[in-house]
Amino acid sequence: MEKTSGTPSLEAVDLHCARGERKLFGALSFALHGGELLRIAGANGSGKTSLLRISCGLIEPTEGSVRWCGEDIRRLQEEFRRQLVYIGHADAIKDDLTSAENLQVACTLAGVHARPAQVGEALRQLGLAGCEHLPARVLSRGQRRRVALTRLVLSEHVPLWLLDEPFTALDAAATDCVQGLVAAHVSRGGAVMYTTHHEAKIAAGVARRIDLGSGPAP
Amino acid sequence: MIAALRCVIVRDLLLAVRRSSDVLTVLLFFVIVVSLFPLGIGPDPELLRTIAPGVIWVAALLASMLALQRIFASDHADGTLEQMLLGASPLGMTVAAKVFAHWLVSGLPLVLISPVLALQFNFPQEMLGVLTLSLALGTPVLSLIGAIGAALTLGLRGGGALLSLLVLPLYVPVLIMGAGSAEAAAAGIGGQAQLLLLGALLVFAGAFAPWAVAVALRISTE
Repeated sequence: MEKTSGTPSLEAVDLHCARGERKLFGALSFALHGGELLRIAGANGSGKTSLLRISCGLIEPTEGSVRWCGEDIRRLQEEFRRQLVYIGHADAIKDDLTSAENLQVACTLAGVHARPAQVGEALRQLGLAGCEHLPARVLSRGQRRRVALTRLVLSEHVPLWLLDEPFTALDAAATDCVQGLVAAHVSRGGAVMYTTHHEAKIAAGVARRIDLGSGPAP
Repeated sequence: MIAALRCVIVRDLLLAVRRSSDVLTVLLFFVIVVSLFPLGIGPDPELLRTIAPGVIWVAALLASMLALQRIFASDHADGTLEQMLLGASPLGMTVAAKVFAHWLVSGLPLVLISPVLALQFNFPQEMLGVLTLSLALGTPVLSLIGAIGAALTLGLRGGGALLSLLVLPLYVPVLIMGAGSAEAAAAGIGGQAQLLLLGALLVFAGAFAPWAVAVALRISTE
């Protein structure tokens, strides 16, 4: 936290979070720099998703602030949002669009320009060859998750990745592939923060872990 | 940013084409409600001509209410809305693009079919232009105001009924100006004043409503 180097960094300062009446966590501070991997662990309901959503600015912490390169993210707005990829619980996949269209829309919204050829190539990399032009309606749960995660392939230059349970519903091959993507991003100097129940095996130079414990205090 | 806005509009139009039943429901609702009045009131040409602007405008109001709930609901349910909140362009602009696309599929068809429906009411043909123009200026205002209500009631149980209670009173000025312009034109005074006011409402709502919607969306997704 005392370290403010030139590399892009996400800092959380004294975060408190309460959902409704329940206090999820308090006095949480951490810093995440480029080239680091941060895993949020904890039981169901311990506030992992809330922490990720606070970190990307989707919800406001009850107290405390999140800073990107030393500036409060509430002040930075789009400038911060352009620097991150957030993949939440919900896949943000439209049933009536094809995989390729879904991916194209997700990238364009995030300000990432992807050519159709790149989109096709990225989908193939996640093992979705042949599904590019199928409506998402006919895809399985795991395949939809893969489409959502394919965004990562096209977001190599985005410094911060926030992944909420990225491995849910994925089979072994896809899990390996996504772990590979995360490891490559970290070694490239990107920062990744993710939650998972799996013991993910991701090779990274600096891998840290925040444990939110067994759940909210009664 | 322009690319993102175009992408939102194209996506929503594409979804509307692939789910055309939603669009047709609104249009048919409008046609049926308007057509019920001549059937219920009877063939008195003078009376029908008098009530025509009011009936068409009220039906347009109700039809646009019907379409409102869908504007953010499915994006909210599948997580796309989160991605829009985290998008690279300012949320107000994304919202403006969404509302515009929504108007193209739910408001514009009403505008285009209204001259045909007005014929059932023995409405003077030379005044059809004023009526259509008033709808063309007014229905985007309905979509813009309605979007605020839709954003506020997002994810609430029984949001539909609450949405009507919230939004219909706000539609009153648009209704008065819109129906008033056609009535004034039919009475020979000319509906210019009302049309100009509608235009002013449209400019005002177009400039401010998207930002209000953006704030409402941030609140209701927390």
